[in-house]
Amino acid sequence: MGLAEMESSESWEGITLNTALSTVKSRTTSRQGSKLRTAAKRSIRRHWQLYLLVLPPIAFFIIFKYMPMANAVLAFKDYNVLQGIWGSPWVGTKYFALFFSNPAFEVLIKNTLYISFYQLAVGFPVPILLALALNEVNGSRFKKTVQMVTYAPYFISTVVMVSVIMLFLSPRLGIVNTLANALGFESINYLGEPGLFRSIYVFSEVWQTMGYSAVIYLAALAGTDPSLYEAAKVDGASRFQKIVNVDLPGLMPAATIILILSVGNIMAIGFEKMYLMQNPLNLSTSEIISTYVYKIGLLNANYSFATAVGLFNSAINLILLMLVNAFARRVSDNSLW
Amino acid sequence: MAAARQHARASDANIGKTIKESLGDRLFLMTIYVSLTLVLIVVLYPLIFILSSSFSSPQAVSAGKVWLWPVHPSLDGYITVLKNHQVLMGYANSLFYTLCGTFISVCLTVMVAYPMSKKTFFGRGPLMLFIVFTMLFSGGLIPTYLIVKSMGLIDTRWALLIPNAIWVWQVIIARTFFKMSIPEELNEAAEIDGCSDIRFIFRVVLPLAKPIIAVLALMYAVGQWNAYFDALIYLKSQSKFPLQLVLRSILILNNATGNVDASEMVRRQQLVELMKYSLIVVASLPVLVIYPFVQRYFVQGILIGSVKG
Repeated sequence: MGLAEMESSESWEGITLNTALSTVKSRTTSRQGSKLRTAAKRSIRRHWQLYLLVLPPIAFFIIFKYMPMANAVLAFKDYNVLQGIWGSPWVGTKYFALFFSNPAFEVLIKNTLYISFYQLAVGFPVPILLALALNEVNGSRFKKTVQMVTYAPYFISTVVMVSVIMLFLSPRLGIVNTLANALGFESINYLGEPGLFRSIYVFSEVWQTMGYSAVIYLAALAGTDPSLYEAAKVDGASRFQKIVNVDLPGLMPAATIILILSVGNIMAIGFEKMYLMQNPLNLSTSEIISTYVYKIGLLNANYSFATAVGLFNSAINLILLMLVNAFARRVSDNSLW
Repeated sequence: MAAARQHARASDANIGKTIKESLGDRLFLMTIYVSLTLVLIVVLYPLIFILSSSFSSPQAVSAGKVWLWPVHPSLDGYITVLKNHQVLMGYANSLFYTLCGTFISVCLTVMVAYPMSKKTFFGRGPLMLFIVFTMLFSGGLIPTYLIVKSMGLIDTRWALLIPNAIWVWQVIIARTFFKMSIPEELNEAAEIDGCSDIRFIFRVVLPLAKPIIAVLALMYAVGQWNAYFDALIYLKSQSKFPLQLVLRSILILNNATGNVDASEMVRRQQLVELMKYSLIVVASLPVLVIYPFVQRYFVQGILIGSVKG
């Protein structure tokens, strides 16, 4: 929600600035325009130190964020180390065509989308439920304990998280299999089962992040107008009715924004955890676009092809984000911009 | 369960002076307590299991005898970890990356966030758009890699400190904080007194911004300590590897090299298995130890980020 409001206020400023500038262009004598320019000049003269201060960060964004965007033209070229990015010959959409006709294409898209939607379906509601439940036991020591404990796994690194998963699910020594054996079941190599991979990925992710994700909802609940609760009490609402009619509407703005961001990132599912969890046995369900780009690009040095795949992914993401945002803006008051 | 009932009674006394809680409400509340307790166990148990295993004997861990508490308590695992040259070097490297990286990141973030929080700063709207856009779209892995390469940063320590130094989200949080907590009038007064902007920042802004600097530093530090991806793609020499890469090779790729000090093969293998648990504890310790103290700041950070800017 913060981003949303900030965004809207910024773009509003941007628009006023643009209209102001266009006024400058159309009527150079416009007093407004010259006023703006003098104001800018005066501001720069007066606060030159501040303008100097932002230069290193701006350089950072240009070099490490915008130059890579420009370098993405690599996707339309046959990269050649000697000629460099700009000297290499153009090949048009050759690498995109190569990717779309590749048998891996379908599998990658399917795996990426499947795991993302699975993640969304479980990972989106669980923190909301957790926050609602915690809100019911408000003020107690118990609430603080649960909150603190569920929040802690967020700070475990991806490498440690994946090794914990591997240790627990190990077919030989893992506690899960030891337990299964004690109950008379056969050991299962969980991470070697393509069919189980997605569930392991998603539920371990939820285990790690639910406490963290619940924080924002708890804050929204804490900010709910107390008079609404009083009204609900006077009307004789049960606890459950109160949750449905007061708490949930209070969560909606935050939930909408988080949903928009999640859907907008649906193709950008994290490389880090997936790559570590992969093994030759589960690759048929665990290979996703980002891990594929890494292998093709950096391990096989097929730069142009990998760039094309990555660019395709980023573009789809941006389009998805814009579509979801437009949709959210139409059906509710909450949107990113 | 008793606690639940007690609490239900307590909240009954607090809220329900005029309207009593119905039976349905009490049952509902009880269900909530039970489910939250389950959640608590599900999250806590793996953590306790790892801690207990790390303090058990190699034989007990290999035989799967550990359930909840350490079996045949021993420090063998930790001794093995501390004897491992790779781990120690990784630890030292990670400390370096975390300290330097956090310092650079916080400086750059404040440098861009503070000016953008001021109404008198011309062009702050477009600048914000310029920065936020990098959140929505990126050139991708290979183009970024090629830039880092062309700057000669591959296999240098700088590669872990610079290319991801500024997180857009942190800029947004910091800017919101500055906007809310440093009144424009303060700056105007200082200006009239002939105080330059830089001096104002050092004398007034930074002392007032201690809470937000703590938030930024902690978030960057945890991120830097836990990261492995940049090191994986940019570093080649093992002597520069951060702890997380060392962990990856020992815990995930099962390459425990060197000084596992044991003659028998079996004992050696048992030690490696035990060492994994101890290693997990040692690697997560710095972050988890400070966590209870900094939790408040983290929550604050998330909240500031979500407040109207």
